[in-house]
Amino acid sequence: MIKVEGLTKRYARTLAVDDISFEVEKGQIVGFLGPNGAGKTTTMRVLTCFLPPTAGSAQIAGFDVLEQPLEVKKRIGYLPETPPLYPDMEVGEYLSFVGRLKGLSSADVPKRVNEVCDRCAISDVRMKLIGKLSKGYRQRVGLAQAILHNPDVLVLDEPTSGLDPKQIIETRELIRSLAGDHTIILSTHILSEVEHSCERVIIINQGKLVAQDTVTNLTNRLRGSEQVALEILCVNGALNHAEVRQRLEQVVGVSHVVLKDTKDNRCSFEVESLQGRSIRAELARAVVGAGWDLNELRPVGLSLEDIFLQLTAAEKGEPVEKKEEVKA
Amino acid sequence: MRNVIVIFTKEMKSYFASPIAYLLLTIFAVIFGFFFYSATRFFVLQGMQMQMMGRGMPMDVNEYVIRPLLTNASVIGLFLIPMITMRLYAEEQRSGTIELLMTSPVRDLEIVLGKWLAALVLYAAILGISGINMGLLFAFGRPDWKPILVGYLGLMLQGGCLLAIGIFISTMTRNQIVAGGATFAVCLMLWVLDWVSAYDQSAWAKVISYLSVVTHFEPFAKGVIDSKDVIFYLSMIFFGLFLTSRSVESLRWRS
Repeated sequence: MIKVEGLTKRYARTLAVDDISFEVEKGQIVGFLGPNGAGKTTTMRVLTCFLPPTAGSAQIAGFDVLEQPLEVKKRIGYLPETPPLYPDMEVGEYLSFVGRLKGLSSADVPKRVNEVCDRCAISDVRMKLIGKLSKGYRQRVGLAQAILHNPDVLVLDEPTSGLDPKQIIETRELIRSLAGDHTIILSTHILSEVEHSCERVIIINQGKLVAQDTVTNLTNRLRGSEQVALEILCVNGALNHAEVRQRLEQVVGVSHVVLKDTKDNRCSFEVESLQGRSIRAELARAVVGAGWDLNELRPVGLSLEDIFLQLTAAEKGEPVEKKEEVKA
Repeated sequence: MRNVIVIFTKEMKSYFASPIAYLLLTIFAVIFGFFFYSATRFFVLQGMQMQMMGRGMPMDVNEYVIRPLLTNASVIGLFLIPMITMRLYAEEQRSGTIELLMTSPVRDLEIVLGKWLAALVLYAAILGISGINMGLLFAFGRPDWKPILVGYLGLMLQGGCLLAIGIFISTMTRNQIVAGGATFAVCLMLWVLDWVSAYDQSAWAKVISYLSVVTHFEPFAKGVIDSKDVIFYLSMIFFGLFLTSRSVESLRWRS
């Protein structure tokens, strides 16, 4: 459905997108992941015909963004980073305007507006001025605008930014319910966002494609080992952290132990497991068995930053697994 | 064409949903009303003096009231036009709604035309207020209606040309004040360009004063349609709209 080949976009001095190629199948939800300034928005703007590419090509449903922009635009719904809303219009009025702008026939407009209002849960604010809406409602009106003409492809630029947790969950559910009929590309810099709603991930950094894979593959690859933060307390007498460390290293499945902090009779560690091993139960047993008190035991997730560090390190020729191999 | 109407309707609604339209209508009504009052008072006074001096010379309403009024209306228009056009593109760029317009299946030129037509209709509505004053002249006198019609045609042509320039300037900035200020400066320059003909008779001076919008309006105020003036205004409108659509296209390459 979406085919991008060697896409490059250069602004006056900066190279925003550097030779990116990817394809998206019909009905898929793809997450576009990257830190701020990575080139996500630029790529999306090229896909939606807002910006022309400097080099390379992008095709939507077989139509090139440069050759047949009108055909592409008919098939795309786009929610930019800031929803494109007119504050002095009422919600219903705005959606009718967008509907006609997108080429819906006059008979279809009210029907579709009703449908998307229900779908995006904005029916209760239809008569309100957009300028008076809260951020969450505005975002949803933006989303309604994008799906109004029932486009084949939806391009959503950070659809959940600025929403409260409840709204984030609702928006995610809405996006997932749209998959199947629509091919969706959504950009975000939040990893959990991608995990929750996307089937595939495309990671870009500094304009370059860093990785593209299914979510499960990628998380397996990067989060194959479990990391656990541990704080141990010794009620009677001081704690010899070297001894504790030795004890922890002996636990089956532990690959390496890092001492984080020591304070009086407590010390904290970060423990990493071998690939695919769960070690929390074993660790707890070992600590209690040795007569110490277990103050804290919590799994540490890989943050987006870690993934990026790992992926960019891998780019430079260092394998992702290096860390485990050396310390094991 | 359908897309032009969609954009036109939206712009019209947004003029009348905000205070802009009402403000401009009020400004014009007050200032033009004052001009009208002064012109008619002066006309009546002159008429009485003529009678007292025993010279029953026929006084022409068209010549002494309507013609200066139409010229005044075009001066007021000069001040109002930047306020009509400044928001058209600058606001869309600032609020990001330009992304909606430019990613919709609509040609750039259709958007430009829709916006220009909306501005033109608002300008016509503003001029329409002066119809009340003109109506009063018809109620108490017998002015000739044909030169008045020609005068309004001239006002519309001149307005259309300045509006096209205003829209073009509005595409070049995200800041409405900058757009408005620059449009006013350009309109004023186009206005006073004919002054060079007062002290210079060279070929250059002729070209420059030919560009002045006011030299082409004067015949209309007299009730004369000269094809060279009509062609001047139409080509300026075309040129302004062409520049606008090129400038909108270049937004994609520049941003």
